[in-house]
Amino acid sequence: MHERRPNTSLAQRAYHIRRYALRMAKVQGQGYIAQALGVADILAVSYFHALRFRPSEPEWEGRDRFLLSIGHYAIALYAALIEAGILPEDEIETYGSDDSRLPMSGMAAYTPGMEITGGSLGQGLSIAVGMCLGLKRKRSASVVYNLLSDGELNEGSTWEAALSAASFGLDNLIAIVDVNNMQADGPSKSVLNFEPLAEKFLSFGWYVQRVNGNDIEALSAAFDHARDSSERKPRIIICDTRMGKGIDFLEMRERNHFLRVEAEEWSRALAVLDAGMPQ
Amino acid sequence: MKRDKYKRPQTASGAARLKTSAMIASIADDDQPVKTAPFGHSLVEAALARPEIVGMSADLAKYTDLHIFAQACPDRFYQMGMAEQLLMGAAAGMAREGFVPFATTYAVFASRRAYDFICMAIAEENLNVKIVCALPGLTTGYGPSHQATEDLAIFRGLPNLTIIDPCDALEIEQAVPAIADHQGPVYMRLLRGKVPLVLDRYGYRFEIGKARILVDGADILLIASGLMTMRALEAAEQLAQQGIRVAVLHVSTIKPLDRETILAEALKPGRPVIVAENHTVIGGLGEAVAALLLRHGFSGRFRQIGLPDEFLDAGALPTLHERYGLSAARVADTIRTWLGGRERRPS
Repeated sequence: MHERRPNTSLAQRAYHIRRYALRMAKVQGQGYIAQALGVADILAVSYFHALRFRPSEPEWEGRDRFLLSIGHYAIALYAALIEAGILPEDEIETYGSDDSRLPMSGMAAYTPGMEITGGSLGQGLSIAVGMCLGLKRKRSASVVYNLLSDGELNEGSTWEAALSAASFGLDNLIAIVDVNNMQADGPSKSVLNFEPLAEKFLSFGWYVQRVNGNDIEALSAAFDHARDSSERKPRIIICDTRMGKGIDFLEMRERNHFLRVEAEEWSRALAVLDAGMPQ
Repeated sequence: MKRDKYKRPQTASGAARLKTSAMIASIADDDQPVKTAPFGHSLVEAALARPEIVGMSADLAKYTDLHIFAQACPDRFYQMGMAEQLLMGAAAGMAREGFVPFATTYAVFASRRAYDFICMAIAEENLNVKIVCALPGLTTGYGPSHQATEDLAIFRGLPNLTIIDPCDALEIEQAVPAIADHQGPVYMRLLRGKVPLVLDRYGYRFEIGKARILVDGADILLIASGLMTMRALEAAEQLAQQGIRVAVLHVSTIKPLDRETILAEALKPGRPVIVAENHTVIGGLGEAVAALLLRHGFSGRFRQIGLPDEFLDAGALPTLHERYGLSAARVADTIRTWLGGRERRPS
């Protein structure tokens, strides 16, 4: 299914995703790179362990749908789509530039493999509910994955959709929440506390797992359980991740929602990443 | 505008009793031919021909005539609960999977509460969602929470969205299959329950994007949409008896505007132009026509009939239509006064 680099471990996939994302961020000198580094392991497991897709046919009807409602994470998804062979590597240099297919915020009309237009946070889970209902009408076996952020839990519509998904028993929906505890104005839990999160979704009637979102083995197991469960419930994988994961000096940086990185730091970041390259 | 904190107290004998429930209001006069739930019935018919049609509502199926569809096609109806943002997001998801969802709620909730979802999840992606909303403009006496007096102003700025404001049952019946066939999102203002049947007398055929002259007349061009076309036709009859010949141009597609027909009619010499709409005078058909005429060298007299830039009163619908100038008698009065030149104040 994945033609590029067939014998690659998930850890290596995650490393490649981080590296592509860093190269893209370098083009603009700034961006949502800390989120991309934090979510790379989730994307590696999503695209190279869980999702069914055809790289040469991004709109294949039998594919699993991956909805990125957090448009600003596009840099991370582009990296995953490049690693998956859906996007060509040579477009990296166009990231965020005029007329590029890789705009800063992900949009369906711009990029193959980008299922929805994100950016207005809190819409993805509602769209996912409709797609799951539609797939069930078509008797399709495809699964809808929706990657949302902890910040999106602030939006009331997320909870409308959470009620609805359970009410319809949408067992073809797998929501993934990236809990990196950082929003535009500061730490998520101080902006608007959403904990205890697992308990909330449990009480809403979801099949809930909470894992370390930077632990590839834990993630793989969670995705398997989510897919294989026979419960007629929507599934959620709450993933605690670390902003800037893999680049120590970016992990340490405070207020890393939107990072500006000095020119010489990019090569340092790549060097740190390469030093930890999985074998 | 200065406003007292509370309304003045009324005595029971002084106040007009509601003639109909403020909520279950019909705009039909007592002696008028009507059809019941034309939207629901025509959607059932359209759904027979198009298996991809589904119905979705936010706890207002019964009040948007979608219950007819829900009863006829229960497996194709989705009750989304009182959650309009979810309704629009899920409708977008349905459309992404190849279905043609008809999503219904009240116009206030679609335009005010769910706007961002209609904008980004539906219109920006040009998805095939048909948003059909009851209580447009002033069609309930329930007060501002339910009176969508500015829905057209909100939606007209939205790219890709086709906007339909039908006049009567016949037009709704014809519009439903037409908007189902249309590729792209549509917002249609709905008249529900017992809906007047008016346009059958004019040999009318609905077509998206087409304005139609229903009655010709040499003295004034009255452009109207929605239920105000019905009022315009009544006013034209009244005025004809007084020797004033009114042409009535029905513009049921608010966007895209039928510029060609509107300009051809408005630029005929010697006729002042007046636009009547069930909407605030800000941002609706009246201003759309005004801008069009200004861009194309119209130099005649122009004015609007519409709702004032205010939060409107609660009360009985006939009272309110009289109060705010939407009744046929008030439309006729406004035209007579205006043409007579007795009106001094610009409006």
